[in-house]
Amino acid sequence: MTAMTAALEFKNLTLGYDRHPAVHHLNGKVAEGTLLAVVGPNGAGKSTLLKGIVGALDPLEGEIDRNGEKREAIAYLPQLAEIDRSFPISVYDLVAMGLWRRAGLFGGIGRAQKESIEQAISVVGLDGFEARTIGTLSGGQMQRALFARLLLQDARLIVLDEPFAALDQNTIGDLSELITHWHGEGRTVITVLHDLELVRKRFPETLLLAREAVAWGKTPEVLTADNLAKARKMCEVFHPDAPVCEAAA
Amino acid sequence: MYDYLISPFAEFEFMRRALAGALALALGGAPVGVFLMLRRMSLTGDAMAHAILPGAAVGFLFAGLNLFAMTAGGIAAGVTVAVGAGLIARSTGMKEDASLAAFYLVSLALGVLIVSLRGSNIDLLHVLFGTVLALDDATLLLIAAIATVSLFSLAVIWRPLVLECVDPNFLRSVSRSGAPTHLVFLALMVLNLVGGFHALGTLLAVGIMMLPAAAARFWVKELTAMIVLAIGLAMISGYLGLLLSYHSGAAAGPAIILVAGILYAGSVLLGPVGGLKRHFVPARHLEA
Repeated sequence: MTAMTAALEFKNLTLGYDRHPAVHHLNGKVAEGTLLAVVGPNGAGKSTLLKGIVGALDPLEGEIDRNGEKREAIAYLPQLAEIDRSFPISVYDLVAMGLWRRAGLFGGIGRAQKESIEQAISVVGLDGFEARTIGTLSGGQMQRALFARLLLQDARLIVLDEPFAALDQNTIGDLSELITHWHGEGRTVITVLHDLELVRKRFPETLLLAREAVAWGKTPEVLTADNLAKARKMCEVFHPDAPVCEAAA
Repeated sequence: MYDYLISPFAEFEFMRRALAGALALALGGAPVGVFLMLRRMSLTGDAMAHAILPGAAVGFLFAGLNLFAMTAGGIAAGVTVAVGAGLIARSTGMKEDASLAAFYLVSLALGVLIVSLRGSNIDLLHVLFGTVLALDDATLLLIAAIATVSLFSLAVIWRPLVLECVDPNFLRSVSRSGAPTHLVFLALMVLNLVGGFHALGTLLAVGIMMLPAAAARFWVKELTAMIVLAIGLAMISGYLGLLLSYHSGAAAGPAIILVAGILYAGSVLLGPVGGLKRHFVPARHLEA
């Protein structure tokens, strides 16, 4: 790992809301091309860490080194609930948004790009759904459409927040196949997950988070009974009157 | 038939002017209304109309029925309230509706206070209810210019605007155009309300934006179609409203908005997308 370049480096990173840390003094590197699962109990700071990585949340302390990559170049899939699915837009248009960085405000969508949109829709198994409005999709179909959009973003670093929440086995199988495929292409993928079986099966590296890194490394060494018990205990220590943290920077 | 539907406009110039004004308002206002509705900001338009009133009234008190003074006053008040409320909502935890309410109430109170200091004036009715039947060249040009600016601006901010409606987190992750897009959109809303109040009055101006948009929602599912239909419904409202006013002698501004209201009621009843007819006379379900 040391010989490879780091796609991301956390340097004494503390992230949080209103001075209360949700991620506390995190240090470490994510090497280029890593397929990393981030696991931990609810409230462990997993989503917060992702928001920090994509630049949606500024650190309270420390920093994230993105190795010169612009935050706009990171493909980020937030949790599903944050999309307005009543908006009258077609699956095709939703997926086409993935071309934003290349097309921008006015850039034309040419023949090659139209083909890439159609191909992305086909890869996630939504052939024939192009003209449907997103309000008519099931949860699984919606997530497939969002994965098609991720495909078009063609990013070196892909960050996914609980992409498989409330999906059936078939959909999870297809979409995690895609993640594995991205890994094979040398992209860096960071995914928040709760299904430990899936993590053991498909993710070589894992970060077990409970505000601090409980363990970080090869998945079998991280997901031990001891570490998981420790993570549960360390979580949810929010205090309205917590003293100012004096830990060394 | 010709006498009834066409001759009022063929015979009288003021009717032609009123029609031109109403059509231009429909062209600029209806698309803005569709986005307001889809972003759940329908009442924001109404609040902004209240916020513009004191600005226009102040302009009127200082310069009389002067197009420039009233327009400038209205835009200044509207932009101040829209941008102020937007900035507070984005930089604090306060939701935009609450901060907007705070701003427009202060603006309204201030406006009423200033007007009361100068005593009442019958001409103020023009500000409240508009003068669609007495549009002069300058006013007509202003309304047409606002419609043009609206359509061009919407074309420019179309992609980020749609994106901000559907998936604001995604827009934030790929671009920093979210905040400027939102501000341009708020400015368009203010411009159209100001254009509208010359014809329909400050309080009814929002009607030609929101009613056709809300009606269109019951007929089509796709955004572009919805906007085209809303513009069409707004234009029909303008035309029929003016006819109604001409033949019955009713005030023109309220007549236009009432026709839009009737179209809305018809859409609620008969519209195929979630209309009441589907609800009470359900068709048998399909096979797949």
